[in-house]
Amino acid sequence: MEMESSDKRDKKELERQLLHLLEDNSRYSLSTLAGLLSSTENEIAALIQELENRKVILKYTATINWNKTDGAPVTAMIDVKVTPKKGVGFDEIASRIYRYPEVEAVYLMSGAYDLSVVVKGKTMHEIAEFVAKKLSPLDSVISTTTHFILKKYKHDGVIFDDGTGDRRMVIVP
Amino acid sequence: MSKRLAMPSVQHRLSRVVSELPPSGIRRFFDLVSTMDGVISLGVGEPDFVTPWNVRDACVEALEQGYTTYTSNSGLLELREAVAEYLWGQFQLKYEPEDEILITVGGSEAIDLALRAILNPGDEVLVIQPAYISYGPCVTLAGGVPVAVDTDPRTGFKPTAEQLERHITPRTKAIIFCFPNNPTGASLRQHELAPLVDVIRRHDLLVISDEIYAELTYDDKHVSIASFPGMKERTILISGMSKAFAMTGWRIGYACGHPEIIELMRKIHQYTMLCAPIMSQMAAIEALRNGLDEMREMVLSYKQRRNLFVKGLNEIGLACHQPEGAFYAFPSVKATGLSSDEFAERLLFDCKVAVVPGHVFGNSGHGYIRCSYATSVQQINEALERMARFVQKLR
Repeated sequence: MEMESSDKRDKKELERQLLHLLEDNSRYSLSTLAGLLSSTENEIAALIQELENRKVILKYTATINWNKTDGAPVTAMIDVKVTPKKGVGFDEIASRIYRYPEVEAVYLMSGAYDLSVVVKGKTMHEIAEFVAKKLSPLDSVISTTTHFILKKYKHDGVIFDDGTGDRRMVIVP
Repeated sequence: MSKRLAMPSVQHRLSRVVSELPPSGIRRFFDLVSTMDGVISLGVGEPDFVTPWNVRDACVEALEQGYTTYTSNSGLLELREAVAEYLWGQFQLKYEPEDEILITVGGSEAIDLALRAILNPGDEVLVIQPAYISYGPCVTLAGGVPVAVDTDPRTGFKPTAEQLERHITPRTKAIIFCFPNNPTGASLRQHELAPLVDVIRRHDLLVISDEIYAELTYDDKHVSIASFPGMKERTILISGMSKAFAMTGWRIGYACGHPEIIELMRKIHQYTMLCAPIMSQMAAIEALRNGLDEMREMVLSYKQRRNLFVKGLNEIGLACHQPEGAFYAFPSVKATGLSSDEFAERLLFDCKVAVVPGHVFGNSGHGYIRCSYATSVQQINEALERMARFVQKLR
């Protein structure tokens, strides 16, 4: 068996820790990241650049509780049954669907239906229109079931309205 | 609100021993900090994580199923078995669940029991300092005489064989220490423990080894003094769930050692405490059996924050050795010309950052402050900025 060099292992571990930190807070400064990871700002900057080039890091986002604004969107999860096409399976119909800008996410599922499609709109009506006029008429689509999300409790690992602050006493020996 | 009438003093009726115990140096500071808003506290000696959910859930389930009774004085056998498996898996320490392990109400109770089980009036106990503040008073309360052994910053606050030798008398019964250390973060490696083990064996001493921070050892693996040949029977190993599993409020600790010592400790525990709360014990079983992944994630997070914080301290001119374990940094404030008390107090009033002056942990802590980095990265960065401004102004 070929053994991995310790340099390579260290780099992989550094990469793993860096990705977890960025996933948790992509606004950490280079100096904070370098401090946390016992590295230099140059090394971290180069590593981030490399991860972006390799498309491991795709995008930097913020998790927003839109309900605290007046611009809360309506989100629906749509179960879609489709007929797969010879040669391309589900990929072709999936790509037809994910190209619509109102589509947030598309997953191929095991179980009772084939594609799970997450759609965002300003109103329920807007989403209903999308399903009726764009999604359902697609050739391979056999049926759709639309579920509107009523309340978000937790998203991307973040609990919304989590009331747990720091409950510790200020000085503990 | 009705005013309480002044009552005549009962001082003359109180225990002289307790009355004469020195007050905890931390108390005064706590009272100061508690009155202020907007303080970033680096004074908290406990994890900033909430106990992992699966552990909390195990307790909820225990309550739902009606587990609300006493347990055996030794603690639930299943928990003692879990502790034995855990200590073997993590540190290659072998203890029999039947008679070599006692479940206590936190590591603190185990320290008290251990001292009371071994001390006769006048027996001396070497207390390696800087140290957690309760060792000395517990020795006194158990009828013994605490003998402070001050470690040297130049050896990274690690005790040497020579320092031990210098304090050993015919009355010396035991030595008590905690590594990884609160407040210095120092830990002892194999080659640093070996010369101490020689002295301890030569003088036929017992060791109370508080290893509550064992899992929080960052660059190496923790080595227990009990793992040295001939040391298991003379070591009372003390640990618990508080630090590694973020379970301070559950009050579950344990002591492991020679069956005859554990038997005496259990006798005191039985007459005074009876047992640790059953629902906490059930949660501890879940933590030890299914909580290791989450524990390792927490340890990694402390390590990262240690790296960030200690680098920052050194950059702003507060010289700090790299702590090898626990979640404390122990920088020197000598370069500022202030005593640790003055530094801590002025830092609090001028910049609203709370730290603990190092001398409350023993004489060799003069000129140092204890900073806990078990707080968020944002708070660490903000605290460093405030401390940098403070130190700059002193120049």
